[in-house]
Amino acid sequence: MIFYHFFSNPWAVFALKLAAVFIFFLTAPLVLGYVEHKGLAHMQSRLGPMEAGRFHGWAQLIADGVKFIQKEDIVPDAADRRIFMLAPMIVIIPVSLVFLVIPFGPAAVSCHAPAGTGGCGFWGENFDVGIFFVLAISAISVIGMLMAGWASANKFSLIGAIRGAAQLIAYELPLVLAASAVAMQAGTLSLVGIGDAQKAYWFVFPQIAGFIIFVIASLAELSRPPFDMPIADSEIIFGHMTEYTGIRFGLFLLSEYAGIVSLSAIAVVLYLGAWHGFIVPWIPGPIWTLAKIGALSFLVIWLRATYPRLREDQLQKMAWKYLIPIALVNILLTMIFKVVF
Amino acid sequence: MDPEATEGAVVSWPAVFVAIFGAVAALSAVAVVLSRNVVHAALYLVVVLGAAGAIFLVLGAEFVGWTQILIYVGAIVVLLLFGLMLTAAPIGTHALDNQQRGVAFMTSAAVFGVFTFIIWRSFGSQRIHLNQVVRTSDVGRSLFSGYILPFEVVSVLLLAALVGAIVLAKKD
Repeated sequence: MIFYHFFSNPWAVFALKLAAVFIFFLTAPLVLGYVEHKGLAHMQSRLGPMEAGRFHGWAQLIADGVKFIQKEDIVPDAADRRIFMLAPMIVIIPVSLVFLVIPFGPAAVSCHAPAGTGGCGFWGENFDVGIFFVLAISAISVIGMLMAGWASANKFSLIGAIRGAAQLIAYELPLVLAASAVAMQAGTLSLVGIGDAQKAYWFVFPQIAGFIIFVIASLAELSRPPFDMPIADSEIIFGHMTEYTGIRFGLFLLSEYAGIVSLSAIAVVLYLGAWHGFIVPWIPGPIWTLAKIGALSFLVIWLRATYPRLREDQLQKMAWKYLIPIALVNILLTMIFKVVF
Repeated sequence: MDPEATEGAVVSWPAVFVAIFGAVAALSAVAVVLSRNVVHAALYLVVVLGAAGAIFLVLGAEFVGWTQILIYVGAIVVLLLFGLMLTAAPIGTHALDNQQRGVAFMTSAAVFGVFTFIIWRSFGSQRIHLNQVVRTSDVGRSLFSGYILPFEVVSVLLLAALVGAIVLAKKD
């Protein structure tokens, strides 16, 4: 009886949802980090971590976390102290907010939740402008990157930050254009609505060009190989993160892995049918969503082991001369498709 | 939220939040001007623009609020910071002062006065109904029906600015 009362209070359910989102935000990047350690190692004929936690080094990332917390938090003498210390938070907060709106399952049939508590379903919050919220909030991370690079008082940091900003400006546009083609096709900006609209077929089939553009631009937004010039370790040490140690460096790494999970999740919702399954439809929707996010995240790791780093001019050329025009044509075709049929 | 309660109350929660974000924006705007470091000034500008976006969100204009964040914080300030760091942005305090305080004060006061007058004249008598969020589809509909001509004129203006910038930047 007490449980019934608890779950009939929408604010209590909302608090539970927030807790669940937070736990997912903290654990999913750890799992992905371990998969990257092991997956990359096996792709390069190595073993990877084998000691921590006895069984195939499963606890390696937890050990790394403990190490980051213990290490001294050093701020360089010449650095701009306050901005240097603030930068990792500016990077990680937008990434964590994206997790709030990822829908893992369909909306419940009968729903009595009042406004502001996110409605009923497997998500934290269902905004009317969902996909727009994701794109706007993730653009804030760049400012943290620029702050870190500038405040470090280190040439390599500054070069890394400037490369990062140039890259993000160039790839923000194809990302937004690809996503807006999906919003046009679905007829809504809400992520839950876009998921619902893929009941008949996944949007990856009509939007295959948009999907490829979205994945490429996401990789560039995350500064993941083959787009890792901002942190190119063989040229500029570690870019904007060069001067960071301890937990602040750990926050940068966490935001990278959390970013892979969140952008994979958004790509799954936009293109890969969200919670809609195939062949075995009795598997519940949230498990489908998680499986697809895992598969796409693995693709991101796989690409790291496959492609060499692009040169700066190649990178800019790819965005402005190929991705943006193709994305614009894609929008035009989607529009014609939408009006004719 | 009960609409009757919010209409009748002297001070409603959205009004309180608008006041808080407005104060944050105003103080940060002063800090932009008073800052002795050009990068700090740009970062205070982020706070100003973010607070303006937050005011839109509090007033139920979700689409405008997030557009404010995406365009101003995510693109314009990033370009500004990028330009500053690419040219000259040393760490520490520097003499950013100049001798045109009087002119600067008069210009900003004039802009403030004109904007306040125009906004008061056009929207002074209107009330915002805070108990409903403005749907994005409504924004889109009014943009492409009642405001289609201004919308297209602004697009042409931006295109002209784009072409002009390329012409100016291209040396040969």
